[in-house]
Amino acid sequence: MAHKTIVEDGIDILVVGAGLGGSGAAWEARFWGQDKKIVIAEKANIDRSGAVAQGLYAINCYMGTRWGENKPEDHVRYARIDLMGMVREDLLFDMARHVDSTVHQFEDWGLPIMRDPKTGRYLREGRWQIMIHGESYKPIVAEAAKKSADKVFNRICVTHLLMDDANENRVAGAVGFNVRTGNYHVFKAKTVICGAGGASNIFKPRSVGEGSGRTWYAPWSSASAYGLMIEAGAKMTQMENRIVLARFKDGYGPVGAYFLHLKTYTQNAYGEEYESKWFPELQKMVGKEYLDPEASHLTHRPIPTCLRNHCIISEVNAGRGPIHMVTMRAFQDPHLEEVGWENFLGMTVGQAVLWAATDVDPKNENPELTTSEPYVMGSHATGSGAWCSGPEDVSPPEYFWGYNRMTTVEGLFGAGDAVGGTPHAFSSGSFTEGRLAAKAACKYIDDGKGEGIVVSDAQIERRRKEIYKPLEHYKLYRNEIVAGDVNPHYINPKQGLDRLQKLMDEYCGGVTVSYMTNEKLLNIGLKKLKVMEEDLESLAASDIHELLRCWELKHRHRAAECVTQHTLFRKETRWPGYYYRGDAMKLDDKNWHVLTVSRRDPKTGEYTMEKAPCYHLVGENE
Amino acid sequence: MPTFVYMTRCDGCGHCVDICPSDIMHIDKTYRRAYNIEPSMCWECYSCVKACPQDAIDVRGYADFAPLGHSVRVKRDEEKGTIAWKIKFRDGRVKEFLSPITTKPWGTGTPKLADVPAPSKEMRDSELLYSEPKYIRMDDGGLHTLKAAGLKLKKGVYY
Repeated sequence: MAHKTIVEDGIDILVVGAGLGGSGAAWEARFWGQDKKIVIAEKANIDRSGAVAQGLYAINCYMGTRWGENKPEDHVRYARIDLMGMVREDLLFDMARHVDSTVHQFEDWGLPIMRDPKTGRYLREGRWQIMIHGESYKPIVAEAAKKSADKVFNRICVTHLLMDDANENRVAGAVGFNVRTGNYHVFKAKTVICGAGGASNIFKPRSVGEGSGRTWYAPWSSASAYGLMIEAGAKMTQMENRIVLARFKDGYGPVGAYFLHLKTYTQNAYGEEYESKWFPELQKMVGKEYLDPEASHLTHRPIPTCLRNHCIISEVNAGRGPIHMVTMRAFQDPHLEEVGWENFLGMTVGQAVLWAATDVDPKNENPELTTSEPYVMGSHATGSGAWCSGPEDVSPPEYFWGYNRMTTVEGLFGAGDAVGGTPHAFSSGSFTEGRLAAKAACKYIDDGKGEGIVVSDAQIERRRKEIYKPLEHYKLYRNEIVAGDVNPHYINPKQGLDRLQKLMDEYCGGVTVSYMTNEKLLNIGLKKLKVMEEDLESLAASDIHELLRCWELKHRHRAAECVTQHTLFRKETRWPGYYYRGDAMKLDDKNWHVLTVSRRDPKTGEYTMEKAPCYHLVGENE
Repeated sequence: MPTFVYMTRCDGCGHCVDICPSDIMHIDKTYRRAYNIEPSMCWECYSCVKACPQDAIDVRGYADFAPLGHSVRVKRDEEKGTIAWKIKFRDGRVKEFLSPITTKPWGTGTPKLADVPAPSKEMRDSELLYSEPKYIRMDDGGLHTLKAAGLKLKKGVYY
């Protein structure tokens, strides 16, 4: 194979994946490291990459401290209740106290943020959300990142992190290949900030054909954040905390602005309110501390999203589906109608395409809602990701090991989906996390922690062989058959993805089993994942594009295995509506008011699971 | 099939190939024009549609749930700083929308941090980020701390 090896040496900070988190990291790193070499490796084109590639119509995390709207600790409490207590409050507090400075800069850069004409403040969609015209959110942010970076390598699929041969728990860079030229790229770096994406497409989607591209989270979010970090031996947290989204059916168009700004609401197929009738039974499962509709009504404390999902799932299973979003009232107001449509056009055009195709005008009918297949990620309303250090002035000893947002692998930092325990960061919070990681990475380098790294040629050569194996494998066996994709020696990446999605769906609580699983099912799932791992050695790629899909699949598979391990470990049903442990249907604070932490030994592939204490913000005198 | 490319309009320039986040817009070797090689990995994000100088790329909704006979067309203009949408329903109704995409002349709004003064040691040792504390509240207030808020982190079951 005539693929060249291209080595980029002497990098101080390597940003892997430049979505909002990675862009924030690259941008801020230049301030703290003016003489440092900052390099970005991005799988797509930085101008339209990551989850915000398509645009956003809202910034979902903004405190408004300049107008006294919220305090950082208010946001921590909100994320805490929404995630049924399971969050890293040090990281959340830290993100929330910085996030406004990120948003104010976005406005300086030209991002159109809507203003309330009466007050002059940013126009609120909800308590935490502000409305923007965000079609060009990503290209604007990318511009800032590009100005800070020494080099941007677009179209590099990073497959592995490089490790220091002198210290097996220290990162040394990354390797991957160019999805256009096929060339092998080696990045030798003192620190790596992982801004790669969370996981779409590890559970079987509801759609069956072309429509499986209309995932809620971007199809290019290939779990690389997790695949890369787990393989490097980083500890992971809350990987069981997958998220299920209640969204407009099939197009998965967003509902936030509809609920919060347009004041639409849901009802069952017979026009009835259905949520409250499921609450008494649900309260018995989770306890009054987590579901108290009366208190929520009085104090505006939100009802956790998973519990609202539970009501939809229960109502549909009881035969009173579909659930409708009542839009007909709000859409009579032409201004609100415009907001409703632009909301889709700004971030989920596919939903507008679908309504145009099906003649749905929400002014004349109430569109259907559904609950999605599960997703695993760490920046929207859930907090899967790496176990990271918090900031020195906030974090308790168990949460602090020297450098903010550094994983348990030395020199490896995270931002966005990569960081665990920080839900509700969204776009602005992810960018902010990237900034925090960048400052800490510069400090790590200035403290001399990145000195003396050894990367042997043997390591580089071993990875090279591994990366191109699917191409070689294809060449070897392709001519044994006449034509087509059925071959006794290999599977292609699409066939592999189908297998992964089917088994995760059936054994790990996907949509076809109404999100139900148990210990028996999970153990079978783990066995099948192990066998699948053997078959991943027989993946075949007919070209470089398929090689990209092979590596995305490998990252998804590794993330799926970790999700299954965590789901098995947490023996309770913490988030009804996201998934159910049929053998432990109640929330169990006595044994499980803890964060789950895993580590996969890179040598043996064995997982070690542990419980980490959950710290909460309380008054000084409590 | 999410995006598709009109044969008579595409000139094979490759802008779509360059921008597609999913790496699914490729140039056909025979026709030397672009096409979507993997519709089931297309998010209908419209990045390629917006980037096409020939207006050669369009979207036909996902076959497994979207009937034929609709269109959602877009014109993104960096010079004017606007994006214009035209939605045609299957039954022929039309809706049009126009939004801003930026408030500044394109590409001029972002600062170059290599040119700003380097941070002091004091700032390095603090918890502050670039442009802070000013940009947090747009006043002279400092960074929010647990101590100032009268809070602490405590292990255990709290709600």
